[in-house]
Amino acid sequence: MLNIYCPFCAESRSEEEFHYHGQAHIVRPADPDACSDEAWGNYLYFRANPRGLHTEMWVHAAGCRKYFNVVRDTVTYEIHRSYRIDDPQASAL
Amino acid sequence: MQRYSAFSLFRHALTYHENWQKVWRNPEPKKHYDVIIIGGGGHGLATAYYLAKNHGVKHIAVIEKGYLGGGNTGRNTTIVRSNYLWDEAAQLYEHALKLWEGLSMDLNYNVMFSQRGVLNLGHTLQDMRDIERRVSANRLNGIDGEVLDAEGVKNIAPLINISKHTRYPIMGASWQPRGGVARHDAVAWGFARAADALGVDLLQQCEVTGFDISGGQVKGVQTSQYGLLGAERVGCVVAGNSSVLAGYAGFDLPIESHPLQALVSEPIKPVLDTVVMSNQVHGYISQSDKGDLVIGAGIDSYTGYGQRGSFTTIEHTLAAIIELFPSFSRVRMNRQWGGIVDTTPDACPIMGSSPVEGLYFNCGWGTGGFKATPGSGHVFADCLASEEIPAMAKPFALDRFYSGALIDEHGAAGVAH
Repeated sequence: MLNIYCPFCAESRSEEEFHYHGQAHIVRPADPDACSDEAWGNYLYFRANPRGLHTEMWVHAAGCRKYFNVVRDTVTYEIHRSYRIDDPQASAL
Repeated sequence: MQRYSAFSLFRHALTYHENWQKVWRNPEPKKHYDVIIIGGGGHGLATAYYLAKNHGVKHIAVIEKGYLGGGNTGRNTTIVRSNYLWDEAAQLYEHALKLWEGLSMDLNYNVMFSQRGVLNLGHTLQDMRDIERRVSANRLNGIDGEVLDAEGVKNIAPLINISKHTRYPIMGASWQPRGGVARHDAVAWGFARAADALGVDLLQQCEVTGFDISGGQVKGVQTSQYGLLGAERVGCVVAGNSSVLAGYAGFDLPIESHPLQALVSEPIKPVLDTVVMSNQVHGYISQSDKGDLVIGAGIDSYTGYGQRGSFTTIEHTLAAIIELFPSFSRVRMNRQWGGIVDTTPDACPIMGSSPVEGLYFNCGWGTGGFKATPGSGHVFADCLASEEIPAMAKPFALDRFYSGALIDEHGAAGVAH
């Protein structure tokens, strides 16, 4: 059972209140028509699947219903930090 | 290899069963192999067996970082069926089912394959329409299937609750009589024993830590225990750890590894002689020969390599089972565990060549790989032995994620397996 800290509610709550939404910081190609098949396939289907730290999106579905990001270890399941998507330091991970 | 038979059982009884031959050797590895298979689970061992048996490959090694069949092969809920919607997937799983039907004889090892039938329940009108469509598609592909109404379901599984006053009333089901269950450990052991008898080296407790690649061609694998082992071709069949191995070889796979949990109850008297699965309420159940109820459901939503999941998922699974079988509410659960499943965007496996010459991958079986074990090994052995990718494996190539020719099996494979 994960205990996830919601940066909007400023509280740690049970995993049951949240939904997982996969890898964070995926940027949609600015001009899809200009993409090669490979670049578009990579954007659509290829996700980071590390054994270790993973940056991922969660939504507080049964709470404030806002999306935020979590850094979690995929082996120990330990959550290192939660932060808002508009956190200016977000990409410095 | 000593053959197992009623006679050998009798003969060994005379010496108190103390003189049985070891089931397989523990060999010292050679410096060079024709083919190295990474992953000593059911799929890897089956690949090695069919390579040696059908293609006459002489020097084969299977490298396993733990013990044989200790990953998802020993952690699944043992269900076997082939009622997939799309032609490509249906043919692959039906190929496997046909091999299952003669497997115990072929391996001279009782894999306890029991064709007790599989019910896939429908709880809504849309479920029933999808079931009609899937059963029709199955029949066109030569796969047995019937559409049942709620009474028909009750006839097959009398303890099931078909009341109209539940949250998700059962409206009917698809029924595949040739589906069933097999003893998962025995499948790994049977393939291992038969492969070993054909000269395959089974190297356990040996982790692969990298590949030796030069000029875009694989030359061997780096191992923790034996250093560098040379190979002409390498096949990776490592389920949840596929992304890790692809990383060693320098490319990505469209795979996410998730925990998938299962649990068994205390042993009880026979109450359920078939397999019942439901995508809608999210659970499936069968009863083992030992008497314990074997229960599973969907993956934990988050990715993970921990071979364990969250309690909430177990709670949802059991809620679903109680909805179907209210009389099981007081059965106590005995054990619970998790495996790491490698899920793909279209719930179909990835099989065939990789960007590295001589390096082949067979992965992405997600939540439903066990049922495919012999078929997967058979087809993957064809991939490794020949220059051409066999027709049955072609649709499952990695490049489908660039061409867009996905095989969307979420309806037949997404939850239940």
